[in-house]
Amino acid sequence: MYTQSFNVPDDAGQKPATVKPVAHTEPPERMAQFDARIDADGRIEPQDWMPEAYRKTLVRQISQHAHSEIVGMLPEGNWISRAPSLKRKAILIAKVQDEGGHGLYLYSAAETLGTSRDQMLDALHTGKAKYSSIFNYPTLNWADVGVIGWLVDGAAIMNQIPLCRCSYGPYARAMVRVCKEESFHQRQGYEALLVMMQGTQAQKDMVQDAVNRYWWKCLAMFGPPDADSPNSVQGMRWGIKRISNDDLRQKFVDATVPQAKVLGVTLPDPDLKWNEERQHYDYGQIDWDEFWATVNGNGPMNKERLATRVKAHNDGAWVREAALAHARKQQQRTLKEAA
Amino acid sequence: MTTAPHTAPALKEWPLWEVFVRSKQGLEHKHCGSLHAADAAQALNMARDVYTRRQEGVSIWVVPAKSITASNPDDKGPLFDPAADKVYRHPTFYDIPDEVGHM
Repeated sequence: MYTQSFNVPDDAGQKPATVKPVAHTEPPERMAQFDARIDADGRIEPQDWMPEAYRKTLVRQISQHAHSEIVGMLPEGNWISRAPSLKRKAILIAKVQDEGGHGLYLYSAAETLGTSRDQMLDALHTGKAKYSSIFNYPTLNWADVGVIGWLVDGAAIMNQIPLCRCSYGPYARAMVRVCKEESFHQRQGYEALLVMMQGTQAQKDMVQDAVNRYWWKCLAMFGPPDADSPNSVQGMRWGIKRISNDDLRQKFVDATVPQAKVLGVTLPDPDLKWNEERQHYDYGQIDWDEFWATVNGNGPMNKERLATRVKAHNDGAWVREAALAHARKQQQRTLKEAA
Repeated sequence: MTTAPHTAPALKEWPLWEVFVRSKQGLEHKHCGSLHAADAAQALNMARDVYTRRQEGVSIWVVPAKSITASNPDDKGPLFDPAADKVYRHPTFYDIPDEVGHM
């Protein structure tokens, strides 16, 4: 399960757009009822009236989330054929299959808002829709697979647990299912790294190298600092987002530091230290320019990931069509027999 | 998206199915989500893969989503409010002397 804890406008520029006030063209009585339900921490279901901006925000966020699950299968999928043992291969296949399943739960949730699967896939395949920037980096060695489980899934869990209480029912329910399956993902990654850390120096170095490459990207997964994240305010107001980007990031750092210690790796941040006053770890500056460059298509793997996805989709077209043709034929046969 | 080299059929998307899973013998089938499939047999197979990878079920129903008739949220008042003032339908409405014991 992977998501960025922010909702990137599909036409995002180099920097987050400035906040646009929600247009108040909605019927005031309906709007008041909707606001009251949100204020009472109630849930919104597909057939309920909702403001257009709420619907649009959710479609964008849930579909970006679904795309992230699907594209997220690719970096790890690269290692299925090269897993170091049959056990690790079986685990990795199960994990990648889970990610595909998570994508399906989420696409279904988005479809309840009136968008179609084909529309969402088109948006992904044409490069119009975003997905988590973390998958636009390569998986260079086996330790990357462990680090993705430990840190990337770890960051995603932090993000997704609050989404189980999202105001939109189908999204919240999908997230409950996803979160249940997710803790296996993080634990298998961490355990794979524990094993490597008991190996040769070269294996230990691989783990440290993977941590060095992924640590900052994982911190960026939580999205821009609260001060630069104008969309968050509306998301919080609507009960779509429950905890701010910076708070989630802090929780992740605080949870991860002791795990790194047990594992015996160094997190690559000289500014990372315990702050007695805040009762949290302080950490250094995230490179947001690099982050936005990747979000906007210029990361090391953006082109390859998208090309792989489009190819898989196109190569599968005949299967989708054949299944429909078969279903139609069966139906006609049944009708003829009944006649 | 790169267009497919052949003409697309009239219905491109597989129809939508709602999935209900019985988690164990003795319990009811419960709605757990939906999926797209070309026909019922494929919907069952896919429901198994998507919704029961961890022994979540012993039985699956799939129902074409278009076959479901649902009440309209706007009718919530007329449909369900009349039940609100009929407290006498609940056992706690009746005072029974303690000496009667459990009833």
